[in-house]
Amino acid sequence: MQISVTINGKQESGEVEPRTLLVEFIRYQVGLTGTHVGCDTSQCGACTIHMNGKSVKACTLLAAQADGQDIQTIEGVAPVDGPLHPMQEAFRDNHGLQCGFCTPGMIMSALAMVERHKGEDLDEQTIREELEGNLCRCTGYHGIVKAISAGAKTMQGGA
Amino acid sequence: MYAFDYKKVASLEDAQKVFESADDGTFMAGGMTLIPTLKQRLASPTDVIDLDGIDELRGINVDSHSVTIGAMTCHADVAASSDVKKAIPALAHLASLIGDPQVRNRGTIGGSIANNDPAADYPGALVGLGATVHTTKKTVSADDFFTGMFETALEENELVTKVSFPIPEKAAYQKFPNPASRYAVVGAFVAKTSDGIRVAITGAGPTVFRVPEMEKELTGSFTVDAISDIAVPTHELNSDLHATAEYRAHLIGVMAKRAVADCG
Repeated sequence: MQISVTINGKQESGEVEPRTLLVEFIRYQVGLTGTHVGCDTSQCGACTIHMNGKSVKACTLLAAQADGQDIQTIEGVAPVDGPLHPMQEAFRDNHGLQCGFCTPGMIMSALAMVERHKGEDLDEQTIREELEGNLCRCTGYHGIVKAISAGAKTMQGGA
Repeated sequence: MYAFDYKKVASLEDAQKVFESADDGTFMAGGMTLIPTLKQRLASPTDVIDLDGIDELRGINVDSHSVTIGAMTCHADVAASSDVKKAIPALAHLASLIGDPQVRNRGTIGGSIANNDPAADYPGALVGLGATVHTTKKTVSADDFFTGMFETALEENELVTKVSFPIPEKAAYQKFPNPASRYAVVGAFVAKTSDGIRVAITGAGPTVFRVPEMEKELTGSFTVDAISDIAVPTHELNSDLHATAEYRAHLIGVMAKRAVADCG
């Protein structure tokens, strides 16, 4: 079947099987390999993307379900040749990544978290609860939580 | 995954027609259980019928005596709804504890109750509040809807359309989540309603159930002490790698007491 999806503002069309996963379409057909497949069982969150502004796991959606929808992946959060997004910068500054495999999913979850808590203080407890759907096998959660806290502050215009 | 045909439908009539014409069709709501099931080849439907395009199944409506939630409303919307938080805070709280944020953005109330996983949260709220399930064929009380492990009163080609929850005087939900999956090892929903006290337990048995002894004692005195000596028999409880029946029986007491305390 033919599908057409807006990914990072660009129209991407392709022929997929009904059983093709969205993450497979994004990685193998569109060629955006920043979205990772960690567990493939909707637990680890390495495949987290935004669909219509909401964080979802791309390994637990069919590509067909994304037909006509608006998707953002890690490649779309900052301009290709421009500076990093403040949340990406915060991960770099706060030792928010070790091996880096979970990082794209962590950042997509972090951005959704900031959006959900707009105008509120994103405290450590909230960040840890909201990270329920993302696993870091390096167990580097302290740095990740610090990074999200710092990134959120920058995004909300604080310091 | 085995191969299947994907059909997206825009109305309940279309959904039922497509199901009728399929050899072995299955409906998909949020897909949070169905897609993992398909991946493990535990199901091999010929047709997956996606209900996501049926707008009439989505939405939350609150009036002076009830909260009505459309079957395709996702958990995140219920958890974030200021109307639900005001009318039945325990219901919004329960929705906020399901899975993780990404799952809550896709998973739906209709999908959850139609699947009736023994460890799902929503059955606790439906039975705990004495909700009414509306389907394409009938209107049925929550007490009669959940019939067994992964089994409900739904017939073939019958879809949940919405669920109505009467607004209780007070209610609370307490669960002991599996630390990895966040499914309920045991969840207790306690409510003081105009029809009396209800105590519903999810996660512990093959399907959600009420505890009449606790309801009776709480009717006499709505206090934690009133139920502290009640032991739930273990012979009908689940025993698996997550918890033994004895442990679940113990947790029922603990979670029910916490829920009563939470009612204030």
